[in-house]
Order: sequence, then structure tokens, then C-alpha cells
Amino acid sequence: MRHLFDFYRTTMKLAVITQLQYRTANYFYMIGMIAEPIIYLVVWSTIARAQGGSVGGYTSGSFAAYYIVWTLVRNMNIVFTPYGWEWRIQHGELSAALLRPIHPLHRDIAYFAGWKVVVIILWLPLAAALALLFRPELHPTWPGILTFLLAIWGAYLIRTMLLWCLGMLTFWTTRVSAIYELFFAVELLLSGRLVPMALLPSWAQHLARYMPFQWTFGFPIEALVGQLTPAQLLMGLAMQILWIGIGLAGVGVIWRQGMRAFTAVGN
Amino acid sequence: MRLIRLAFHFFRIGALNELQYRVNFFVQLLQSAVALAVGLIGLELVFSHTQALAGWSQPELLAVMGVHILMGGIIQAFIQPNMLRLMEDIQQGTLDFALTKPEDAQVLISVREIRIWQLVNVLIGVLVLISALIQIGGQIDLFAALAFALALGLGGIMLYSFWLILTSISFWVVRMDEMVNLFEGIYAAGRWPVGIYPGWLRGILTFIVPVAFAVTIPAEALTSRLNPMSLGLAGGVAVAMLLVARLVWQRGLRQYGGASA
Repeated sequence: MRHLFDFYRTTMKLAVITQLQYRTANYFYMIGMIAEPIIYLVVWSTIARAQGGSVGGYTSGSFAAYYIVWTLVRNMNIVFTPYGWEWRIQHGELSAALLRPIHPLHRDIAYFAGWKVVVIILWLPLAAALALLFRPELHPTWPGILTFLLAIWGAYLIRTMLLWCLGMLTFWTTRVSAIYELFFAVELLLSGRLVPMALLPSWAQHLARYMPFQWTFGFPIEALVGQLTPAQLLMGLAMQILWIGIGLAGVGVIWRQGMRAFTAVGN
Repeated sequence: MRLIRLAFHFFRIGALNELQYRVNFFVQLLQSAVALAVGLIGLELVFSHTQALAGWSQPELLAVMGVHILMGGIIQAFIQPNMLRLMEDIQQGTLDFALTKPEDAQVLISVREIRIWQLVNVLIGVLVLISALIQIGGQIDLFAALAFALALGLGGIMLYSFWLILTSISFWVVRMDEMVNLFEGIYAAGRWPVGIYPGWLRGILTFIVPVAFAVTIPAEALTSRLNPMSLGLAGGVAVAMLLVARLVWQRGLRQYGGASA
């Protein structure tokens, strides 16, 4: 346990130092990502104003808050891409990782978590600029803030597990882009990324309850900008823990099967 | 005339090359279908909460979406692959191969690559556009059709010029890869008529990244809201941008060091 803790600390520190070197590239990447929420924000604020000030309980000010917090949650959602697994296997990186006496999942979690620290620091001035441009209305409560701070990391862990499961399909076949595309489309629609969950038709909201997506995106945002009750906040965190557990189990099973199918490439 | 024949030859070779990889057609078809479904669902969501968006009805916005997909297909098939190749050539110093040929280098670097499977998007865009026009009803007169074609052509010229300017910057600043993301993000804004964006953003989308001219104005031509003035303005901006692009390209070329020396 002690050395696992040390491993996490060292890997995270390494990630912070490395990514601070690439801060300009990181920044351009983050700026490029901003166009998407601004488009959603403008469209829905226009609708809110046309509907006499609010739609689905959101005013243009609360849409602004939603989509500005969105930009941070989106960044927290970025983990090792499933498309990268092909590269990992082809270049023998996985073979090397297997030689280490520690599960490769730890390395991914630790490295990307370190990177997130840099991303959060870079995000602050960006959020300030967006706040000046779009005037968000934000009335966070203390339990909300606390839940948000936990939930962004819960979201990060759930998505890490999900995309690990997806990526490991590469052990059996490399023709997986169709599955990925479909996955990302469903995620976009049912996570709260395209629109807040409250704006979806009720059947879609119902469907989303059986999926992990809203706990990785909509829930952290709403914890901060929505008016969730303490019970709802705790419930959300519990759902995150549940999905992290399911994800871990999935990773465990697929990893063990995948190891049998894996043929090492490397030197 | 000779330059057009030259471009045609390049396109033919590029197309033959791509035709070897037929599976890519289905990959592209699936990707485009998923993107289309997401777009349609988004539109449906918007109009489940309102009857009109800044004065545009649902079928009219469907027409905007059709033009957006169509133009996106053209960019991905003809413009972007050439510009990415140019960027790479500048970084690696392999631009020498284009510069030593006895033709205008700008023409050469603009026609070397083609991604024919991206034309799937052009087709889908046209289909979406047709279905939108049927829903809108009414007659499209010859004048509107011509204005649409003209606006689309001018939009294409502007986007090409914009890309060439952007890519030419890599003569000075070698790493421009991130700009591609930025462009794609901003181009996505064209999915909606630029009129809905706040003034500062509308300015950017009109005169810096010419998304307004490339998507909104052609769509306006088909939905009979086109102001003849904007078509004239589009013509002027297109010529100006083409000239600026040519100038920046030539300036940039002087910076180029080459690799074989």
C-alpha cells in the first residue's frame, strides 16, 4: 500500500512537470475545445429568451454557468483514448508495462490525474474570460461545492474505466472504430454534454438512468450550478461509486480475458 | 486551361489511389450517419422547446445543416488534406518536390491530395438540403438557385483562402497542428445561422473565419432571405481573401529554407 502511494505520487509529479513543459500546446487544445460549449450556450440562451426567460428551468444566466463549468468537466473527462490501444500494442508499450510489478491501470490513472492538475490551473483564467463574456448566474451552496470537488474526480475515474473497457477490445480486433463512434454518440446525447439532462424528453431521461454517462458529465455540473438537495448530492456520489465499482469489475474481467488473447509485440 | 487539366490529372490519380481502399467507404458512411443522427436529434431537441430559433423555422435550420454538411465534405475532400500535406512538407522540408516543378507552386500544392470518400458528406448534405426544401415547400426560382450556387462557390474560395493563410503561417511558426482543432471547432459554429451569435462572435465568424459566408449566406439564398447586398459583399471579400492568401503564401515561401540544400 505504501509503495503504491509512492508510485502514484511520483507518477503524478512527473505528469505535472511534463505537461507544464507543453503548456502552450495544452492551452491551444483547451481553447479549441471551447467552441463546442459556446455554440450550445448561444443556441439555448436564444431559446430561453424567446420562451420568456427560461426553458426547462434554465435562464440564459444559468445556461452560461452550466456551459462554463462544462468546460472544466469536459477536461476532467479526457482519459487515455481507446484509439490509443492499437498504438500501445503495436509499439510494444504494453509488453513493457507488463514487465512492471504493478497493474498498468494504476499508471494511467496516476499520470492523467497529474495532467488534470495542470489542466485545472490553466482552466482558471479561461473560465474568468468566459464569465466576463457570458455573465453566468451561479449561486453555489457549500455542500454543492464540496460535492463538485469530489464528483469531478469520480467522473474522471468512471470514464477511465469505461474507456479502458472499450480500448481493450483491441486485444481481439482492430476494427472497432464503429463501436467507438456509436459509444461516443450515445454518450454525447445522454450525458448532459449536449444539453442539460432536464431538457431531454422524459423517456430519454429514463433511459439515461441505467447508464453511467450522466454521472460523468451532467451530475458534477449540476452539483455546482443546479439546486440539488443534499440527498440528491449524496445519491449522485453513491451512483458514482457504484459505477466506478462496475467499471473496475469490467476492467478486471476483460483484462484477464484479453491477456490470454494478447500476443506480445516489441523488443 | 492548362492548370485546370493539371488539377484534373492530380484528382484522377488521387481518386484511383483511394479507390483501392473500399472498406474506408463504409467506415466513412457509418461515421457520417452517426454524425447526421446526432445533428438531427440536436435539431429535434431544440424544436421540442421552441417553434423558431431567431426567426428560423425547423425546416429552414435543416437547410442550414444541409449546407454545413455539404461544405464540410468539400473542405475535408479537397482543401484540408492539401493544407495538412503542405504543413507537413514545410516542417519536413519536402516542399522542394513541389517547388522544383515547372508549374505555379500554389496551384500544385492545392490539388495534390483528394479524399474521395469524404464526398459521402457532400451527398448526404445534398439529400438533407433537398428534404429541407421539400418541407419548406414553395418554389425555388432559377434566380435563387443561381444565387445559391454562386454563394457556395464564393464560400468555398474564402475557406480555401483562409486555410492557405493559416497554413502559410507555418513558414514562420513551424508547429501549427493545434490550429486544425481550432478551425474545426469554429467551423462547427456554422451549423447554426450566424445571426444567433453575439456581435463580437458574429464578427469573427464573418470576417476572420468566413463561416457566415460559406454556410449561412448560401442557406439564406435558398430560403429567400438573401439580401443581394450580402452576395455582393461575399464577392468582394472572396476576391480580397484570395489576394491576401496569394500574398501571404508568396511572402512565406521566401522564408522557406528547404531540406536538400
